[in-house]
Amino acid sequence: MQLANSENAAKDGVGMPEKTGNLTTESKAGRTPMVVARDVDVFYGDKQALFGIDMDILPNEVTALIGPSGCGKSTFLRCLNRMNDVIEGCRVEGRISVDGQDIFDRALDVVHLRARVGMVFQKPNPFPKSVFDNVAYGPKIHGLSSSKDELEEIVMTSLEKAGLIEEVKDRLHQPGTGLSGGQQQRLCIARAIAIQPEVILMDEPCSALDPIATAKIEELIDELRENYTIVIVTHNMQQAARVSQRTAFFHLGKLLEFGDTDQIFTNPSVERTRDYITGRFG
Amino acid sequence: MQILVLVSTLLVLSLIGYYLGRSRAVASVSGEASRLHSLPGYYGLYVALWCGVPALIVLLAWLSLEPWIVERLLVASLPESARSLPSDRLALLLNDIRNLAGGNIVSRDVDPELRDAANHYANMRQIGTWAEIVVCLALAVAGIALGQRYIAPDLRARNKVEKVVMAFLVISSTIAILTTIGIVFSLLFEAIRFFRLVPPSEFLFGLEWSPQTALRADQVGSSGSFGAVPLFAGTMLISFIAMCVAVPVGLFAAIYMAEYAHPRFRAAVKPVLEILAGVPTVVYGFFAALTVAPFFRDSGGFLGLDISSESALAAGVVMGIMIIPFVSSLSDDIITAVPQSLREGSSGLGATRSETIKTVVLPAALPGIVGGVLLAVSRAIGETMIVVMAAGLSANLTANPLEAVTTVTVQIVTLLVGDQEFDSAKTLAAFALGLVLFCVTLCLNIVALRVVQKYREQYE
Amino acid sequence: MSDTAGTGTVKTGLPRKNINEVVSAGIRRRYAAERRFRAYGLAAIGFAIFALTTLLVTIVGTGYSAFTQTMLELEITLYPQDIDPEGNRDPKVLSTANYQALVRQSLRDLFPEVTTRQERRRLNGLVSDGATFQVRRAVLDDPSIIGQRISILVPMSDDIDQFMKGHISAEVPESDRRVSDQEIAWLERLQDRNLVHRTFNWTFFTSGDSREPELAGIWGALVGSLLTMSVTLALAFPLAVATAIYLEEFAPKNRWTDLIEVNINNLAAVPSIVFGLLGLAVFLNFFGLPRSAPLVGGMVLALMTLPTIIIAARASIKAVPPWIREAALGLGASRMQVVFQHTLPLAMPGILTGTIIGMAQALGETAPLLMIGMIAFIVDIPQGVTDPATVLPVQVFLWSDAPERAFVERTSAAIMVLLSFLIVMNAFAIYLRKRFERRW
Repeated sequence: MQLANSENAAKDGVGMPEKTGNLTTESKAGRTPMVVARDVDVFYGDKQALFGIDMDILPNEVTALIGPSGCGKSTFLRCLNRMNDVIEGCRVEGRISVDGQDIFDRALDVVHLRARVGMVFQKPNPFPKSVFDNVAYGPKIHGLSSSKDELEEIVMTSLEKAGLIEEVKDRLHQPGTGLSGGQQQRLCIARAIAIQPEVILMDEPCSALDPIATAKIEELIDELRENYTIVIVTHNMQQAARVSQRTAFFHLGKLLEFGDTDQIFTNPSVERTRDYITGRFG
Repeated sequence: MQILVLVSTLLVLSLIGYYLGRSRAVASVSGEASRLHSLPGYYGLYVALWCGVPALIVLLAWLSLEPWIVERLLVASLPESARSLPSDRLALLLNDIRNLAGGNIVSRDVDPELRDAANHYANMRQIGTWAEIVVCLALAVAGIALGQRYIAPDLRARNKVEKVVMAFLVISSTIAILTTIGIVFSLLFEAIRFFRLVPPSEFLFGLEWSPQTALRADQVGSSGSFGAVPLFAGTMLISFIAMCVAVPVGLFAAIYMAEYAHPRFRAAVKPVLEILAGVPTVVYGFFAALTVAPFFRDSGGFLGLDISSESALAAGVVMGIMIIPFVSSLSDDIITAVPQSLREGSSGLGATRSETIKTVVLPAALPGIVGGVLLAVSRAIGETMIVVMAAGLSANLTANPLEAVTTVTVQIVTLLVGDQEFDSAKTLAAFALGLVLFCVTLCLNIVALRVVQKYREQYE
Repeated sequence: MSDTAGTGTVKTGLPRKNINEVVSAGIRRRYAAERRFRAYGLAAIGFAIFALTTLLVTIVGTGYSAFTQTMLELEITLYPQDIDPEGNRDPKVLSTANYQALVRQSLRDLFPEVTTRQERRRLNGLVSDGATFQVRRAVLDDPSIIGQRISILVPMSDDIDQFMKGHISAEVPESDRRVSDQEIAWLERLQDRNLVHRTFNWTFFTSGDSREPELAGIWGALVGSLLTMSVTLALAFPLAVATAIYLEEFAPKNRWTDLIEVNINNLAAVPSIVFGLLGLAVFLNFFGLPRSAPLVGGMVLALMTLPTIIIAARASIKAVPPWIREAALGLGASRMQVVFQHTLPLAMPGILTGTIIGMAQALGETAPLLMIGMIAFIVDIPQGVTDPATVLPVQVFLWSDAPERAFVERTSAAIMVLLSFLIVMNAFAIYLRKRFERRW
């Protein structure tokens, strides 16, 4: 796994000054973007999976990444907290910054980055520990709490924010794997927000859930938007339309269209987007 | 040798039977093979089975029963005075007769009576062998004839052949059970005879082990005592030392291989562990006695410690090295079985690799690893050659790893190697020790296998 | 960026520390722990590699010198009156002649000044007893050399051999040394005359065991191993494959098959010495089969390797995808035909790999064979599966117990031979696996 760190990128980038300018430019909405991606290429061995992605993700918004299978939306999502690092032969080029800091900067540590950019996975993956320990896991490894009471408070608040507290308050010390699928996924969200990340990445968080559980998660996402920046990959058009403020449409490794969700779903500017949204392909 | 010739003759006859059956089947439908119920080859096999199977079964039965029957006949032919001898003396006499007949050295003067008996015996053996050959060949030929007679176009030859094959498969699958039964019964049978001489309580709780029994009643100072506690303690001490080496090294090696190692590194190191696993135990024993034990003794002398050259430490450490690949490959399997999603969940929260391993992977893998360690303990307890070559013979009851101790397996070997009377307490004691060894390892194995299996199911 | 992150805490309203600060504060300690943990792993692997290297270096270091043998070039006059007084070249007469006297005479000719009995005995001790056999063999092979003066290379005794190889040091005081000053002086004179040679030790590969290290070889043990392995293979392979087929393809899922499965898994973990006890009690004492015979050894080892092969064969059969069976069944093949025409051929590479690995285990096994008397001192090369025999690992065990220094090097050399067989077998198994590995 090689990462083109910022030094390399700076060396070979002729048009770099202009892009560096972009990193600090304010978006049209007048807010500083939380995540800025510029010219991101991803390779799996010889195969290129992403082609020059540019994207600004605004804080306290839900950004949905949509597109047909294999279009690179999950790959892009995993770039944002460098989860691709663990994949053999994967190489990322370009620049991504979170809250103004280059995530490929050597001075920034992956551990640090991931503490700030939390992630919720496609399949609920609670640890084989108790509900409490699952949520306490992040605060514990990062040393976020100095006392038992504080830890308990963090756990309870996180569970409450994840809307799970009522369902699990009597079984905090039973295994998290014993919960239902939807509850497990909300537990994973509670686990992610327990360390107060700035950004939460969600990789098809509802694909393994039934409609009722899905509705609960969507509701939760909408509530979380108040405090966090959320990026969600989804296959489900309605879901993208329901929960997101901005939508990015990926196709064959390229970002074809990116804009306000309302605009994308009602009046897409690219033909392919329209085809996909209306179900003509994908 | 004669047997080999006979068996090959039977095989050749079966082959002939195959061709006869096949051609007869084809002839019976005047060449139109499609009118046959089965393919012609099946008719061939059908006749071949008729030829070979009964003859081989009879041969096997004959071989296992003949010595017994001949012995009965021989005893019956002996004079009354010989027949009334006590059983062990009679066995000696029979042995001499056999040796004389085989042209070997005999332990007593050869009188005419003995010579007659030997001739009679040799005669019977010869008759027996010829009878066996004749009967088997006759059966084979009869089988061919019979099989041929049954052949008809509507004979369901395939089904019949498959039934025989099926029977073979079923019988084969019972071998495992028969082996276990064989082990249990042979150990139990001899151990019970031992416990008639030495009470089980003395064996299991006695603190002194010196299995020198008197050969004659008038010998002094050699009553023998069979308290096996020092052996159990020695076995546990050496196994404990072995596990102290094998578990941390094996486990950490497995963790590194599964979680950190680059594929190229893994490809380079895996063979090392495989070679380590493939080295015969006798080689480890030689290594322990030649290199490790003197090394410990010398470095002990350097430090002012008195380390025996047959110290439990040396045997234990080398046994530990032997078990490292066992622990590491089992743990490797188990660690890789922990779902990747758990690792991602943990590193997605910002845990470092080692934090993920320590707080998520290992706790999840713990039951499986415990099972693997139990299997390793069972191996350490049952390991023989390393301790035979590197540990001592004297049964010390001590927990000091620098002293020489002995183990259950060492005693089994010493008691049984060399010429022994089969009925002495000394020989039987080996079976009692074997029974204990079998029971302990069996329990460990059952528990361990169950734990590992439960663990696997959890992630399937 | 810390500004905005700082506001994050305020926004959520949680009374907790700033994640950025906390992580930054702890990150060095955490990475130190990470490095330590990795170092433990590397150290463990390093220990394993170190152990293996030490083992191999020790064995090769002590064993390589056994592949050569110090020989003495002797001039022997084969007087017809000593060997064949009647002159009719009767092999019986030739083989009983006193060749020892001839060898001794020729030694005495080299050192005419040696006269006392004691010294002569020492002088005779320079060459091995094998010299006598060698001269006899030369005469029996070609009786026409009788009457001539022949030059023949005979092995020197083990102590001299060890001295020449530098395993016995001349520095040690004479009283602690197995080679006396007198012998060293003789040896030097022989070397000056260029009569001492170091040749490849053919004896080691062509003869059976012997009490004399310089005459001992591994051929007998090798043949014994070969015979034992043949019996093991002949019994274990068909039984194991049949069991695996039954359990994977035909067996109903019931208590009985569960019992069989549990049994097989347990047998795989039963200590090998217990199988030896089984062999002793059942095969030797109950069925009265011959002691020390490869037949019995092979049977015991077959029972021991059965579980290994069964487990490998089952895994291999299981790996054949069900659609192949369904395709054949759909064409009207019987279940038995499907197994023998489709499943088994496809599973065969895996089964063979498992079999080779099981056989390699059996080849290195010692303990159960001790129980059934394959530990006897056997000079003759076994001719069949019922002859008394020993096997390579038991030979190693026997030699490792011998007091002579020369047997230490021969033990190591025998181990080198044993290990090379095992490595070849395992390499072949790996090749098979790689060559026929199939992903469905």
